[in-house]
Amino acid sequence: MTALPCTIYISFLGALLALVAGARSAAAARWIALVTAVTAWLVVLASAVGFQAGPGLQTLVDAAWIPELGVRYHLAVDGISLTLVVLTGLAATAGILFSWNITHRAGEFFALFLTLIGGVYGVFLSADIFVFFVFYEIAIVPKYFLIANWGSTNREYGAMKLVLYSFAGSALVLAGVLWAYAANGGQSFALADLAAAAANFTPGQQIGMFALVFTGFAVLAGMFPFHTWAPTGHVAAPTAASMLLAGVVMKLGAYGCLRVAMPLFPVGFVFWQSTIATLAIIGIIYAGLIALVQEDFKFVIGYSSVSHMGFVLLGLAAANHQAVAGAVLQMFSHGVIAGLLFAVVGRMVYERTHTRKFSDLRGLPLHRLLPFAAITFVIGGLASMGMPGFSGFPAELTILIGTWKTSPLWATFAAAGILVAAAFTLRAIQVSFFGTTDQSVPAAPGDHGHAHDYDPITWPERVGAILLIGATVYVGLKPDVLLQWIGPALQSPFFQTVLKGGTP
Amino acid sequence: MSATPTTNYAEIFGALRPEAALVLGALVVLGVDLAFGRRRSEAARLRTSALIGLAAIAVAVCSALGAGHAGAVVDGVIVLDSLGVATRVGVLGLSGLTLLLAPGTSRLRHPAEFVAILLFATTGFTLMAVAQHLLLAFLALELASLSLYVLAGFDKTRPESAEAALKYFLLGAISAAFLLFGFSLLYGLTGSLALPDIARHLATQPTSTLLLVALVMILVTFGFKAAAAPFHLWAPDVYQGAPTAAAALIASASKLAGFVLFVRLLWSGLLSASGDASTLAGAPGWMPVAAGMAGLSMFLGNFVALAQTNVRRLLAYSAIAHAGAMLLGVIAAGAAGPGPVFYYAATYGLATVGAFGVIAVVDQAGGCHQLSDLAGLYRRSPLLAGCLLVFILSLAGIPPLAGFFGKFAVFAAALRIGGVAGPLGWLTLAAIFLSAIGLYYYLLILKQALVIAPAADRGRISTPANAALVLVVTAVLLVVLGLFPSVILGLF
Repeated sequence: MTALPCTIYISFLGALLALVAGARSAAAARWIALVTAVTAWLVVLASAVGFQAGPGLQTLVDAAWIPELGVRYHLAVDGISLTLVVLTGLAATAGILFSWNITHRAGEFFALFLTLIGGVYGVFLSADIFVFFVFYEIAIVPKYFLIANWGSTNREYGAMKLVLYSFAGSALVLAGVLWAYAANGGQSFALADLAAAAANFTPGQQIGMFALVFTGFAVLAGMFPFHTWAPTGHVAAPTAASMLLAGVVMKLGAYGCLRVAMPLFPVGFVFWQSTIATLAIIGIIYAGLIALVQEDFKFVIGYSSVSHMGFVLLGLAAANHQAVAGAVLQMFSHGVIAGLLFAVVGRMVYERTHTRKFSDLRGLPLHRLLPFAAITFVIGGLASMGMPGFSGFPAELTILIGTWKTSPLWATFAAAGILVAAAFTLRAIQVSFFGTTDQSVPAAPGDHGHAHDYDPITWPERVGAILLIGATVYVGLKPDVLLQWIGPALQSPFFQTVLKGGTP
Repeated sequence: MSATPTTNYAEIFGALRPEAALVLGALVVLGVDLAFGRRRSEAARLRTSALIGLAAIAVAVCSALGAGHAGAVVDGVIVLDSLGVATRVGVLGLSGLTLLLAPGTSRLRHPAEFVAILLFATTGFTLMAVAQHLLLAFLALELASLSLYVLAGFDKTRPESAEAALKYFLLGAISAAFLLFGFSLLYGLTGSLALPDIARHLATQPTSTLLLVALVMILVTFGFKAAAAPFHLWAPDVYQGAPTAAAALIASASKLAGFVLFVRLLWSGLLSASGDASTLAGAPGWMPVAAGMAGLSMFLGNFVALAQTNVRRLLAYSAIAHAGAMLLGVIAAGAAGPGPVFYYAATYGLATVGAFGVIAVVDQAGGCHQLSDLAGLYRRSPLLAGCLLVFILSLAGIPPLAGFFGKFAVFAAALRIGGVAGPLGWLTLAAIFLSAIGLYYYLLILKQALVIAPAADRGRISTPANAALVLVVTAVLLVVLGLFPSVILGLF
């Protein structure tokens, strides 16, 4: 339990070592990165085994940091953050496995990757908003360099757009948090203290603060209409970065909404509740429809991420025990599934065929050329559609049931979004991997028959894919393993204020 | 004044030991160069002079620390408080870093004179840090300014340097005239030159038009020293034209000393004329004017910086934007104390010295004017690229670097004055959002340095050992001060 903060330090240390080792050899850098990520993940899993679920945050570290401003270095964990920390470890490990072929400036790549991971661990473990914010911003800058240096399509544009959106979002958060801090007389940044103080704020103040903080975080969570960074950024990013961006970084935004914005400003939340739900539903359906007409394989996954994150935001907006628990489960589930899909598209397919255009892929019998990729993608697709047996099913079902309790209308619209998701996923599977079943389509010139000789799928790819598939199946069959952590955490008085206030 | 006019030279010397060390050091530099420098190369003379200068600065730091917190000394002309001591050490440190940077990165025709004038400028800065008397404040400011004009024009081989010096001098001279006029009005109103007396007299009289005129005149000079809009026009040209070491000094130590001088002047001297910036209908005074300058600087600096292609001009406009944020810190210094603005100015100075240091080294290896001259720095010199990353991210305000915490502390202090409802609150929120715009142009620098491949004709850069030392020390300081801001904030 108390070893959890080590995940942050291990990641930063590993980043430094990978940077130094990378100057000599790429292999050394990637092994250091893998060992770092796995070690951190094992620390997480070991802590998870001994975790006693209960209401409220369980303090890990609490030390004075900047007494002049009342900032304490306070790290704590509850069931929600533990779920996401487990996800981070998994995504980091899988991401490094899928970056095994990086040779260009490998040391810097893995150093940035691990810095990002360290920041993400820090955010999930923070119980002081200042600390939270510091880690949140540490996680922003590496994204720019990961995408601009190692990305593909339109990478410099995508990188800059993504980083400016993230930073603008964090500026909103900073403004809201400083406002609350100043209104409280500038005593403390502790979540608990600010929540207690917020009870005395006027409704107008709460509405304003909530709008700033929630919008800031929702930008990173990909809420419509602030989602446009996500598809371009995900497409431009190298595989591991896309996996991490969609898998974990978008969750930072949703986590911030849940951990900071909602419990601190419950009155503000109630005021904005239906707006958030509406935007979430628009995001689910709109992004799904856009995914349906994409010609770039990776854009489909990019927009699908926005659509699936819409479910998370809807669950938060519904604000009852079930819906919020489902939202957290969906964060985990989408993190795993999006990672899997990006891995197939970016690493297994694109790095071999050097195209992501459906018109090109249609002419390739990929299911025969890359059977492992095809199987993985079909599994990932099924999970993404919310088929029973995979993690997407319990997550989205719980969200829908919870949402129904708050507003049957919202739930109906959101259910339509699941149909759209099924449509674009099936289309992607069909067109990309099973395109040549239609013999009338002429093969492109020079693409005659089985002239393609792609490198076989390597062991790191297999291990990474199996890890991710294993996670989605395990949680799909036994969602209780996470829900028994999440449920008690939501019982804390901290969340109960907003969960009660949120139910009409 | 009622105090007996006996002059206690021992007390004066005790209070001014750092300045004495610097002036003595400057004379030794000149003497040694005169005696032994004839036959030696310019590089060797610069090394010797810089070494002596650094020794003088080290002695000055020790004596500044040793002088203690005696309070007002020498009939209240000099005040040795925590702010004064911290600022003395801060400007001495920044000047020392600038001086250490010079050998190997500057080609100067008269190296000993350069070092000596740099020491004189530093003397001006340390006096500005402790001046509590209008006359001393003006003399210190002029000593520093005149030295800086000369330093800006020191590169006689480049016409830009002369242009920069002339522009800086002309505008500086006008602003000095404004300051002197403002001071004389203050003296006429209060009959005193000492800040505590002025404050006492002003508190008893209503705000007169004459006082407001004096305030405006003083603020014009403040805006000029701080490079705040609309008095910023000299900054881009001077940053671009001056020798790199001179530009670094102007951007760092001079800024810190200027801000501290005016914090003292405005808060301990003109407190009762502060006015009110937390509501639109607030009383007139210097605070609303300073708030206006802060807002204008942040808007203009950030937006104009977006369009720059020259590295130094970009840094100049970013400096203007930072000056706006520091002005917010000056306004907030009344409620929160001088800690946040001092921390901001000191760490900003560090990051700027570092950034100019990188530019100076790259400049020696084939020129560094346009942003594209930084292309591929990661391959030409990983050390420079890594250090530049730290400096630029600190300027952009990314944690855990010191620049982030400076911004955070200033904004938190400014918001605590009147919440978000008043103009000051809007200004702070605008400052927070503008910092997101700032990240764009900072990333443009880093994109060149860390993403774009180098041009074919650009080889590796070898960094002189002394410059490498400066860069590494500065980068480490930025990280350490960012992680442990209480080291500085706890002083006040």
